[in-house]
Amino acid sequence: MTYSGSVGQTFKHHELGLSDSQVIEMYTMMQMARVFDERCMLLQRAGKINFHVSGIGQEAAQVGAAFALDREQDYFLPYYRDYGFVLSVGMTLRELMLSVFAKAEDPNSGGRQMPGHFGSKKLRIVTGSSPVTTQVPHAVGLALAAKMKKKPFVSFVTFGDGSSNQGDFHEGCNFAGVHNLPVIFMCENNRYAISTPFHKQSAGKISDRALGYGFPGVEVDGNDVLEVYRVVKEARERAMRGEGPTLIDALTYRISPHSTSDNDLAYRTKEEVDEHRSKDGILFFKQYLMDCGIWDEEQNQALLKQLREQLDDATSYGDKASFPAPEDTLLHVYADSEGQGGQ
Amino acid sequence: MPVMEYIDAIRLAMKEEMQRDEDVFVLGEDVGRKGGVFTTTKGLMEQFGELRVLDTPLAESAIAGVAIGAAMYGMKPIAEMQYSDFMFPATNQIISEAAKIRYRSNNDWSCPVVIRAPIGGGIFGGLYHSQCTESVFFGTPGLKIVAPYSAYDAKGLLKAAVRDPDPVLFFEHKKCYKLVTGEVPDDDYIVPIGKANVLREGDDITVIGYSLPLHYVMEAAAELEQEEGIFAHVLDLRTLQPLDKDAIREAVKKTGKVLIVHEDNKTGGVGAEVSAIIAEELLYELDAPIMRLCGPDVPAMPINPPSEKFFMLNKEKAKEAMRNLAMY
Repeated sequence: MTYSGSVGQTFKHHELGLSDSQVIEMYTMMQMARVFDERCMLLQRAGKINFHVSGIGQEAAQVGAAFALDREQDYFLPYYRDYGFVLSVGMTLRELMLSVFAKAEDPNSGGRQMPGHFGSKKLRIVTGSSPVTTQVPHAVGLALAAKMKKKPFVSFVTFGDGSSNQGDFHEGCNFAGVHNLPVIFMCENNRYAISTPFHKQSAGKISDRALGYGFPGVEVDGNDVLEVYRVVKEARERAMRGEGPTLIDALTYRISPHSTSDNDLAYRTKEEVDEHRSKDGILFFKQYLMDCGIWDEEQNQALLKQLREQLDDATSYGDKASFPAPEDTLLHVYADSEGQGGQ
Repeated sequence: MPVMEYIDAIRLAMKEEMQRDEDVFVLGEDVGRKGGVFTTTKGLMEQFGELRVLDTPLAESAIAGVAIGAAMYGMKPIAEMQYSDFMFPATNQIISEAAKIRYRSNNDWSCPVVIRAPIGGGIFGGLYHSQCTESVFFGTPGLKIVAPYSAYDAKGLLKAAVRDPDPVLFFEHKKCYKLVTGEVPDDDYIVPIGKANVLREGDDITVIGYSLPLHYVMEAAAELEQEEGIFAHVLDLRTLQPLDKDAIREAVKKTGKVLIVHEDNKTGGVGAEVSAIIAEELLYELDAPIMRLCGPDVPAMPINPPSEKFFMLNKEKAKEAMRNLAMY
């Protein structure tokens, strides 16, 4: 991944239709997701929270995709590592921290679900669960609704490389292909399903599978935020032209362990992780912005300071917020009041 | 009032709901051009078009999952499982997703999907075209489950299911499709979900059940009354989840002797829960042990005629069980 350019030249982001302030916003979101993630690891190690599942290393793919979508109209079905994605489509650090601390005010689930199980009707982030890949047919159902109601939106769904082996992935892709639906499937291929490396999950390339479903499959460097932006934007344009789904395989790497309950050095080496750390999409994008002459170290330090302050505020807000009342456990089983859970 | 078959009543309910609300649509295997393997959706594609009567790939998890996604947008999908036996690939979507969407999002999202599935045997369907699968889903909070007995209820319950804001599993008995006929008003009525129905008043014994076997019970009850002077009170649960506990209490108090009847196998069936409710709340109302008449605890119904007959309930089995209870 190399970017060339100097002041006065046309840079790659200009060619893609992105302004200088937009790429700085993208970089800000990537850094925000990263510092949030690192903070959650610390909170778990400090015993303040029970669990965290990390997306460190995948921010470029997440943010690049989000910025290529219509954040006023599209429907999003992110998976559990997508902090960069949900922050980019409007979730706040306070809201994420409310979820991390499982507090009543958490907009994702009211403190019911594990962190990383996103949902917000207002932001069109469709509620998700833990059994992987169930969200893929849901995305297809939302795209079917777009077609039936003739609405100008696409659905965008992410999942891991492990998930791409589930039946729901194949069934969802096949359905979308047959009915030519406006849906974008993006695999955040971080090379591991917990401990199982990619070569033990698939003998082929995920993007090649699209051929069998009758729509394009695209492989992209998932650490390159602008490339991900480009392919997702093209996929969205295809969908809006009525040309159906696209499968995107964003090749990246999970720098963190699977979760705070995982010891990753039991199945991979520190050298391997360090090698990928040096290919971190955030570092490369920072260098790109600096090469473009629109970013410098001073601005970077100021941004990190500002993010730390926001994060401190969000952490303290989440920590101090109230838990749900115990008896609220019984609420919202059904819509009607008689639908409360019984004992 | 028009008289029609149970299957026609189901079709009429879908047709009326699709006319009433353009967000209602049907999807499943062979529901479109063929009109369903049982003809349940016959004529709907011609009337409403291919997009609203959608032939899907043969993949049950996608049928349920796509319907759930559309329902979260605000559509009102009716997903058809060709046989309830083939519903199991969709179980993750139904139990992990549909049932939990409102709860896990703290009432932010909802999933107003209807999943129709034919249950039951007696049609030489063998192990995998005869099962009653309701007990697999029963006891999963967040789902509503209905199982109509009559043509009238089939139409009214399906219309109620389509209008319900939560996921409803609609278990229609395939042997009832053509066997059961009845008066079905052509106006826009619903049968409310969660309300049981007294099919017959009586003072000697109470029979509680749902779906096809209650037809055997009703025939047996008429004969027992005429031949032996035994008066049976018969309660059709209609909705299996949530159970109409008030109606169960009332029916039990009426006679103090209870027989629970269903085709699904005995262990872990709906009858076990009904029986537990009675034991918990009405022990001192009982004049006899609670009895159950159910399918045997074998994996499923064999196809050979003697085995199928052995498995299935019928009027004679019902009559004998009812007489035994009356004599206790």
